[in-house]
Amino acid sequence: MRRGILPHVYGWLLLTPAAILLIAFTHYPTVATVLDSLWSKGNPVRPSRFVGLGNYETLIEDPIFWKVLGNNLWFALGTIPASIALALLMALLVDRRLPGRSVLRMAYFTPTILPMIAVANIWLFFYSPEIGLIDQILSAFGLPGHNWLGDPKTVMGAIVVMTIWKEAGFFMIFYLAALQHIPTELREAARLEGASSWTFFRRVLFPLLMPTTLFVSVNAVLNSFKLVDHLFVLTKGGPNNASNLLLYYIYETAFSFFDTPYGATLTVVLLVLLAVLSLSQFFAFDKRIHYR
Amino acid sequence: MLRTLKNAALGVATAAMLTGAVSAASAETELTMYYPVAVGGPLTKVVDGMVADFMTENPDIKVNAIYAGNYNDARIKALAALKSGQPAQLSVMFSIDIYELIEQDAIVAFDAIVETDEEKAWLKSFYSTLMQNGRTAGKTWGIPFQRSTIVMYYNKDLFRAAGLDPEKAPATWAELVDAGKKLTKADGSQWGVMIPSTGYPYWMFGALAMQNDQVLMNGAGDTTYFDAPATVEALQFWKDLGSKHKVMPEGTIEWGTLRKNFLEGKTAIMWHSTGNLTAVKKNAKFDFGVAMLPAMKRRGTPTGGGNFYIFKKTGKDERKAAMKLIRFMTSPERAAEWSMATGYMGVSPAAYETAKLMDYVKSFPYAAVARDQLEFATAELSTFQTGRVRKALDDAIQAALTGAKSPEAALKEAQATADRLLKPYR
Repeated sequence: MRRGILPHVYGWLLLTPAAILLIAFTHYPTVATVLDSLWSKGNPVRPSRFVGLGNYETLIEDPIFWKVLGNNLWFALGTIPASIALALLMALLVDRRLPGRSVLRMAYFTPTILPMIAVANIWLFFYSPEIGLIDQILSAFGLPGHNWLGDPKTVMGAIVVMTIWKEAGFFMIFYLAALQHIPTELREAARLEGASSWTFFRRVLFPLLMPTTLFVSVNAVLNSFKLVDHLFVLTKGGPNNASNLLLYYIYETAFSFFDTPYGATLTVVLLVLLAVLSLSQFFAFDKRIHYR
Repeated sequence: MLRTLKNAALGVATAAMLTGAVSAASAETELTMYYPVAVGGPLTKVVDGMVADFMTENPDIKVNAIYAGNYNDARIKALAALKSGQPAQLSVMFSIDIYELIEQDAIVAFDAIVETDEEKAWLKSFYSTLMQNGRTAGKTWGIPFQRSTIVMYYNKDLFRAAGLDPEKAPATWAELVDAGKKLTKADGSQWGVMIPSTGYPYWMFGALAMQNDQVLMNGAGDTTYFDAPATVEALQFWKDLGSKHKVMPEGTIEWGTLRKNFLEGKTAIMWHSTGNLTAVKKNAKFDFGVAMLPAMKRRGTPTGGGNFYIFKKTGKDERKAAMKLIRFMTSPERAAEWSMATGYMGVSPAAYETAKLMDYVKSFPYAAVARDQLEFATAELSTFQTGRVRKALDDAIQAALTGAKSPEAALKEAQATADRLLKPYR
């Protein structure tokens, strides 16, 4: 009898620390957020009351919400494929034997080490009209400068480029690690068969890298919704919400407008969105992934 | 080794207990104060020094002055402390947070704390324009501390090069446009004027509207005048500086890099906070001037910056002690020192009558521009639901400046949003 219970006790004891952390910082906040989103904003004079889906109705009529959601979509489409492709390219490049390989690897990885706030402060001066690096280079070629962050047409592009620069190095590390694990016999066998390096990449390397691609792309999707640090420095979501993203709007709502219930409502949308995206990625990719 | 460590630990513990006992015996009242520093860095030392001086003078009061980041952080921390049941007794916070703090029932009016005639007179000792953001519903809720206005910085060397009188800054909108045209180079390497439109667009816009003799909101904080004809004209003028007169770059102009643009000579004139005065003075490699903002129908600028507030969850003794501290920090002598160290304004006329500040103004006359401009100043945009109302206006300004909407359409939309938000408060 005792022998039957003891392993269970051990098991639960071992699970407890992780369970406490998960419940306290993940599950409880999630449930609390959903519940908060069903109440109105209160103050000592007018206490908060239950409004059901009222906040969600406000959400549907909120033009800024739709704007930031659209922005987030463009931000994701702009950053994810480009940063993954660039990461793969850089990994293939520094995987080969070439002089100064470790220096090059480090150079590619540097943007990842820098904090986003520092990066944004540097790029703020790159993009700044007249005095910025980009405009100085343009003027050296006799081209007119541009107000990159002050023009709603270019601000999103400017932020996407910066984010790709920041992210690609990080994803490169994963590809690089995966490439090291691919046996060299495969390359030799392919060469014996007379396969071109493109065929080798398309038929052998890329399929073998698929698990990494899944991992990286899930991360990239999450990051495209999670990364907003740069907005605090670069644009504050402006001009006129042209660069505003969902998470930054949540921050504004909760901490600048003090409308925590509406902030919770927006957070629920973000949570659902992320859950759907990452689950569908797993299911869509899963059939096409070759795990060894 | 272990024994030494043990002894050391014991010593530290004893010392801590002793000091704790001593301070508990002598400090009858303990105050916690949050304060923000919007311009960062060494200013925390100035505040901490002032607080230390206060404690030397008042050994029966212990003050924990906690630096709380920028204005936004300070407000979040203060309100979070309030909800957690361990509030601070007083705090420096954004002057425009007043309605939010009243709505949260977080602060107490000074009228409820002052008792003697002398104390009542003290409430009236500040510049009345600086009190506008601290008064509503017939009561005083905030005492001015770190306050600023917008002034016009201009590059005298570039004025000379363009054949303009360097001692005569543009005093009207028309003069600003004329001077701007002479100062702007066709290749885009030098602009006439830059007014920042990110970060705090509503603040700059408050100046333009006031110059066109239009305030942005009423004193009760429940009505805005975003679509008044004079407001629309003011935004049209701001847009025209870029799109019609071509003396300012089109699109929005970044608040954070503007000072560098000015210091590099890329713009001959900039509008910026007086809080930049000391930094410009230190870093300008050319002859620069500071002037009041130009006038259309009149001169005008909003005030800005932080006020002292006392929280409601405080005992009678704590309130008295908090007021003592506030009176100390805003006394003429202290206000004068604070102004010289930062570029913020001396908050009372008496501060500018102290020997220190008079000497400083004599050696650096531009330190007084902000004070002289106070006569024309108005309150900074502040209403109930202030964050959302402000964002509606910010978005409208940026939409107009980037050409996405006409000034009139943009402001009409902002007004509609503000009306919807403020209706329950009327």
